[in-house]
Amino acid sequence: MKAGIVVFPGTNRERDMAIALRVVTGREPVMIWHGETDLPDLDLVVLPGGFSYGDYLRCGAMAAHAPIMAPIRRFAEAGGHILGVCNGFQILTEAGLLPGALLRNGALRFLSQDCHLRVERDDTPFTRRWKTGDVFRAPMAHGDGNYIADDATIRELEDSGRVAFRYARPDGRIDESDAQTNPNGSIKAIAGVLSANLRICGMMPHPEDLVDPLMGGEDGKPLFEGLVEALVR
Amino acid sequence: MSSATGQKPVDEALAREFGLTAEEYGNVLSIMGRTPSLTELGIFSVMWSEHCSYKSSRVWLRTLPTTAPWVIHGPGENAGVVDIGQGLAAIFKMESHNHPSFIEPYQGAATGVGGILRDVFTMGARPVANLNALRFGSPENPQTRRIVDGVVRGIGGYGNCVGVPTVGGEINFHPAYDGNPLVNAMTVGIARQDRIFLSAAAGIGNPVVYVGSKTGRDGIHGATMSSSEFDEDALAKRPTVQVGDPFVEKLLIEACLELMATDAIVAIQDMGAAGLTSSSVEMAGKGGVGIDLDLDAVPQRERGMTAYEMMLSESQERMLIVVHPDKTELARAIFEKWELDFAIIGHLTDTGHIVVRHQGRVEADIPLDPLADQAPLYRRPTAPSPEPAPLGQITDPVGIEQALIRLIGCPDLASRAWVWNQYDSTVGGQTVKRPGAADAAIVKVEGTSLGLALTTDCTPRYCRADARQGGAQAVAEAWRNIVATGARPLAVTDNLNFGSPEKPEVMGQFVAAIEGMGEACRVLDFPVVSGNVSLYNETRAPDGSSVSILPTPAIGGLGVLEDVNRAIGLAMPAEGTLVLVGATRGELGQSLWLREIHGREDGAPPTMDLAAERRNGDFVRQQIEAGHVLACHDVSDGGILVALAEMAMVGEAGCILSAPQSGMRPEAFWFGEDQSRYVVAVRDAEAFTVAATSAGVETRTLGQVGGDGLTLPSGATISKARMKAVNSAFFPALMDD
Repeated sequence: MKAGIVVFPGTNRERDMAIALRVVTGREPVMIWHGETDLPDLDLVVLPGGFSYGDYLRCGAMAAHAPIMAPIRRFAEAGGHILGVCNGFQILTEAGLLPGALLRNGALRFLSQDCHLRVERDDTPFTRRWKTGDVFRAPMAHGDGNYIADDATIRELEDSGRVAFRYARPDGRIDESDAQTNPNGSIKAIAGVLSANLRICGMMPHPEDLVDPLMGGEDGKPLFEGLVEALVR
Repeated sequence: MSSATGQKPVDEALAREFGLTAEEYGNVLSIMGRTPSLTELGIFSVMWSEHCSYKSSRVWLRTLPTTAPWVIHGPGENAGVVDIGQGLAAIFKMESHNHPSFIEPYQGAATGVGGILRDVFTMGARPVANLNALRFGSPENPQTRRIVDGVVRGIGGYGNCVGVPTVGGEINFHPAYDGNPLVNAMTVGIARQDRIFLSAAAGIGNPVVYVGSKTGRDGIHGATMSSSEFDEDALAKRPTVQVGDPFVEKLLIEACLELMATDAIVAIQDMGAAGLTSSSVEMAGKGGVGIDLDLDAVPQRERGMTAYEMMLSESQERMLIVVHPDKTELARAIFEKWELDFAIIGHLTDTGHIVVRHQGRVEADIPLDPLADQAPLYRRPTAPSPEPAPLGQITDPVGIEQALIRLIGCPDLASRAWVWNQYDSTVGGQTVKRPGAADAAIVKVEGTSLGLALTTDCTPRYCRADARQGGAQAVAEAWRNIVATGARPLAVTDNLNFGSPEKPEVMGQFVAAIEGMGEACRVLDFPVVSGNVSLYNETRAPDGSSVSILPTPAIGGLGVLEDVNRAIGLAMPAEGTLVLVGATRGELGQSLWLREIHGREDGAPPTMDLAAERRNGDFVRQQIEAGHVLACHDVSDGGILVALAEMAMVGEAGCILSAPQSGMRPEAFWFGEDQSRYVVAVRDAEAFTVAATSAGVETRTLGQVGGDGLTLPSGATISKARMKAVNSAFFPALMDD
């Protein structure tokens, strides 16, 4: 699997993502500068976390208009696989590649803590190493992760099974109104969503920061292993 | 200030307004041989401010031990540099941003983080960890909530955005900080030993390059503000607080590190306190060269700035670099790639002067040697602090169980999770022990087997009772916290926060604390490699008197683990025996038990026996290295029972405790704060105690790991759930979250 990580001014989790991809693929991912107008030959494009353009204007709003986004759109239209984590998820929604938006956390504070995610379907390249209903741990670190969309969009996402992950208790129960379980207040406790063709996934928590027992666990590893399995040529 | 001072004549009265004494102004006149210009007076006043010149502290700082075989650069550079093995160096420093954080807590704290980051990456290191030591006023003070909220948001807002994990620190509350909180920020970075960058300028004719943000009118005379006491108009000084932009800082880090991978740089320094003035004066001064600056070339944020304003501005996220002339375009291309300003604003000369030109006029022309050499140096009068009175007979009015509950819920011991959860502690993917998981934070050095153990420590109430013991204790506790993870302590950075040096009793505290620190550093082979002094931490009481903070020599400690996989935490394991390392006399003077149960802050602080500290710590570290220890926690605030409660609250099990030491009152045994002690959980207690005895280390079995709470010798059990509920209540209640 050939993976590329897009670096915008203010991106800060590109190194974490590179480590996770290296651990799982055994290869060095390509770093792609935001000013590029072409993508190299890739199986996976990753938009990592951070504060692109300082979160000025709105999280992800300016990055969505960076030169690199034109080839990324073409890559998406051609059926390419894209993973957006944290700020990367925000950029994908701002670019219209995923539906919805991410508001300030419900408590209006930055939240850095472990959360538990329930896998909502296991037949996508991002989730195939889990079973539907599995729960895994991942660190979250964001100020604006409160997922929202209009009723019709939420209905559409739910009906077509495009919710990838939900915030949950360790036993898998969902409680949208409980700040312990759904820390940022996301609607329907949505933590990650998929595109209609299931090839673009955006999520707020950071599976890439939990791929080594030394750092507290390997809960995030199956996501990357699944991608390798699905995308290896 | 600018428009007003622009019209005033330069004279002794203006010099006083700028913080110079009559005598200091007299020296300015004799150095210059004429009346200085406004810009020149501004340069003298900031370079000779307490903040930049260390005029009250320098003679004492020199007495601290600063060398060891593993020290690469001690004090004098932007940060301290130590050898951590494998050709790598750790570069670190702690610095205060106290006064700005009272005036404008968010920006004060944020720019504190930004400033200390620059001190570290300016030397060639990628920053890998931030810590911060915070002291706030009484929780009952209505100002405290505003300050806590702003400071925490500011630290998070800056650190999270630049992508450096905030992994540790400490927080105390005390009424002595009501009008003067302390924000001490520490950054640790990693560099290759053969790529460390220094600030001494060299090469006559070499271009002087300005990079980063544009210069504005913010922060003018910030260094002078930090060198005087607050008065009732403190909040009117908001315009002297700088405004940070962590996004630009992030770009600056990446651009500087990219430039540092080339061989373009001769010397580099960040523009911190006193901005363009101190960076240019210090770089040229250290290199023994002169420097010409053309202010017309300085990137400016607003129109019509004067030379005085540009030289004194403390606009953030700016660096000054001397580059090799044939690499200028290479450097320019890197900074343009990162969309940062880049301007050649001068060159080095052989005149030995700093010459500042603006709009065709020479605005300043000062000989550099006397500016540095004749900087004021004071050996201010000291007065000893009174000996603490003995405690006398103390009774236990509440019992062990109730006392523990009160202690783990009190402001100084309550869970800090509310604060930590606002700091990104995992970015970078190298955080092995997050806040609260071990006595020191553990960060892996990417691509190696090495780990860094990082901590900040100080117990100000001990320092007030006995500054010498308190200074030694701060160093010893930092050392102990590193040892408790299995790491080898290497060096410290210090942040000496005190009241006005013009008060003999404060100066007495300062000198005694340094003596204590120096003694501990020597015995523990734990030299001081960088640091910062913050004086004039005073607030005006309503009756007009000036109230000093508690003496607070905050210590930032750094240790290394050759194999980071061997690091241990403090969480109670699933099984094992609990053993106390170190002797217990039951010292309750200045203890939190005394304060929380009796409402008394008196008595002598616990005795420091540095030889025992060293012996106990070396033994514990060897046992951890040998893999015999499952978990380890130092015994500090609150004593043994609080240490056990902390282990249980984050652990897999509780513990069942045996009877305390015979011949000692239970509260003295469980809550005494005797130093140099650790609680360890071990699999083979017998082997451990035999090894201890042969090392001359006193141990005592405390009980067995097990159950779901703390089971006291009486048989009563305090459940983990109850302890956690009490422990986690304070911050949300204070902040109304």
